[in-house]
Amino acid sequence: MALPKETQRLVADPAPGISAAPHDDNLRYFDVSITGPDGSPFQGGVFRLELYLPEEYPMSPPKVRFLTKIYHPNIDKLGRICLDILKDKWSPALQIRTVLLSIQALLSAPNPDDPLATDVAKHYKENEAAAKAVSREWTEKYAQ
Amino acid sequence: MSDESDYYMDDSASDNYYDDDDDEMVDGTQDSDRESSPASEGEASDDDAFGVELSAAALGKVKRKSYEVNFETLSDAAVDRLMNKEAEHVAGIFGLEPSTALLLLRHMAWNKERLIEKYMDNPEAVRKDAGILAAPPLAPTSSSSSAGVRRSARRANSVQPSAPPSTPFMCPVCCDDEPPNTYALACGHAFCSTCWETYLHTKVREEGEFTVRCMDSDCKLLADDAFIARVCSKEDSKRHHELVSRNFVGNSSQYKFCPLPGCSYTISCPSAASKSSLMTIVPTVKCPENHVFCFGCSLDQDHRPLICHVSKLWLKKCQDDSETANWIKSNTKECTKCQSTIEKNGGCNHMTCKKCKNEFCWVCMGPWAEHGNAWYTCNRYEEREGVEARDAQSKSRASLERYLQYYNRWANHEQSARLSLDLYSKTEKKMEEMQTTSNLTWIEVQFARKAVDEVFKCRMTLKWTYAMAFYLAKGNEKELFEDNQRDLEKAVEDLSELLESPIDPDNIPVLRQKMTDKTVYVLKRNEILLDDTAQGYLDGRWKWNADAAILNEAE
Repeated sequence: MALPKETQRLVADPAPGISAAPHDDNLRYFDVSITGPDGSPFQGGVFRLELYLPEEYPMSPPKVRFLTKIYHPNIDKLGRICLDILKDKWSPALQIRTVLLSIQALLSAPNPDDPLATDVAKHYKENEAAAKAVSREWTEKYAQ
Repeated sequence: MSDESDYYMDDSASDNYYDDDDDEMVDGTQDSDRESSPASEGEASDDDAFGVELSAAALGKVKRKSYEVNFETLSDAAVDRLMNKEAEHVAGIFGLEPSTALLLLRHMAWNKERLIEKYMDNPEAVRKDAGILAAPPLAPTSSSSSAGVRRSARRANSVQPSAPPSTPFMCPVCCDDEPPNTYALACGHAFCSTCWETYLHTKVREEGEFTVRCMDSDCKLLADDAFIARVCSKEDSKRHHELVSRNFVGNSSQYKFCPLPGCSYTISCPSAASKSSLMTIVPTVKCPENHVFCFGCSLDQDHRPLICHVSKLWLKKCQDDSETANWIKSNTKECTKCQSTIEKNGGCNHMTCKKCKNEFCWVCMGPWAEHGNAWYTCNRYEEREGVEARDAQSKSRASLERYLQYYNRWANHEQSARLSLDLYSKTEKKMEEMQTTSNLTWIEVQFARKAVDEVFKCRMTLKWTYAMAFYLAKGNEKELFEDNQRDLEKAVEDLSELLESPIDPDNIPVLRQKMTDKTVYVLKRNEILLDDTAQGYLDGRWKWNADAAILNEAE
């Protein structure tokens, strides 16, 4: 019900560094790309994600997953994201746009204290510089 | 108006009802004081119905046996009243709206003492945590603004005027800019009525959640019950109410729902509210729909005389496939090469695995080739490894047999109890026939009913005595217990047999006499056994064996 309007706005007025387009055959399925924020180890990378709006949306959160490999403490090998607003902190007033902005912010500010990829989080906590180097390396390798 | 006087009034009134009951009731000695006071006070207060229920329950308490517990049945309405009483108490102390007090209590999982303490300490922090609007500077006012309307007030998280807004409005959720109606909580975040409805429906129905926050992503304000009742459909609102009272009952050790599906009665049993009391009593209770269950563990049957902890152990043991594993261990061996499980059902000890064609000796498990020509006997039989393997195997077999001996009797009594009910329905038909063919009256052919009821009850007791005997440590006490068990079992079997004897009009008087006598005897035996075990728990007479050893330490 809220779909077409929100989608229109999303396509017409994209947030900087973020693009999202629905599939032709399934308006609930979006191809998303987010550019790595400046100053983060993901700078210069373009990360592809998939976003799916479940039947209950906007009462239930959208399902978002990274398709591009990324070395980040809150994103696991399968591309699943640990972000509170995608789970219990979801509010129907949030939108695809705000979700994607939050994900972009998560790239700038990883939170190794609430990890999803425990090995990456450990690396980040023990030796941040080395971990960031790996993140940069992965960005160059996979996110171009 | 002073908050203090309010506090004392409220405090004394409600204390008599239920607040301090748990203190008095733990030892169950002051029942009589208690029965009279609330019932008589009920007339004075606005709570007549509650008083009536209490006195009705009091009547049933006249003859309490040592193995029975006092309990009361509460209807949905009575639970609501209790819940509201709690809320009003808190509301009275702090000069809040009851709806706000309800939200606070839920936030604190109905721990009133902690809420009062915390709220005294720092009301703003508690309100913020609980998702309630900061207290206004105004003193409590008489909220008689609109008669007939719920006492919702400006201070509560209640509905704001919801006329279509005059300024350009777009619902932040669905982007509809011409919604027919909008709602907002006290925070002022307005959303269209359709979105609110769907949102509440999702929360209540799909997520089974009764705490509903404002839809705005940064707003922590909770919707109160009046708002929910007003916005969502009747069914959803009813479900929400159900979730709330379930939460209330679930958070109190004094109350429990009848665990049977579809049954909505609540039982209050303060004497079984503490965990430690469950070590000495088996609080079997019955709701008005005649659903028998255990207040302690919510098992949907009477598991007297065995206490909750041990009956749980037993049920777990029976459910576990650990016993299957035990059987496998006792009766099979693994192929030394491919680990396939093999049951030897005959033939010589020269085994050839069907799967991997490995040839080995069943006795020593060594490769067959080493046995040379002595294929008919294993000369390595007495070697240590072989002896140890045999020892372990026979031990496991013995424990399995012990378990099976108790389990079979346990299951057998359960099955016999069910069969006796079947038998009765047949007997009943026969009785009805007799009533029409002979000059016996209805009451005269009713004796079998009582006998069957008693057989069923006693078989249930017997069933659990076997579980109990399985865990009781060897010794004098256990022997005495088993004597009681044997006496009851013998009596029950005799009565069962009588029930199956053919009925014809000529022998009815004799049969009736016999059966009535036997029923009374069985009833007595059952009472003796239950009474003795209940007393044994209180005296700390029962000692558990290694299978339930944890409990000995707990005591």
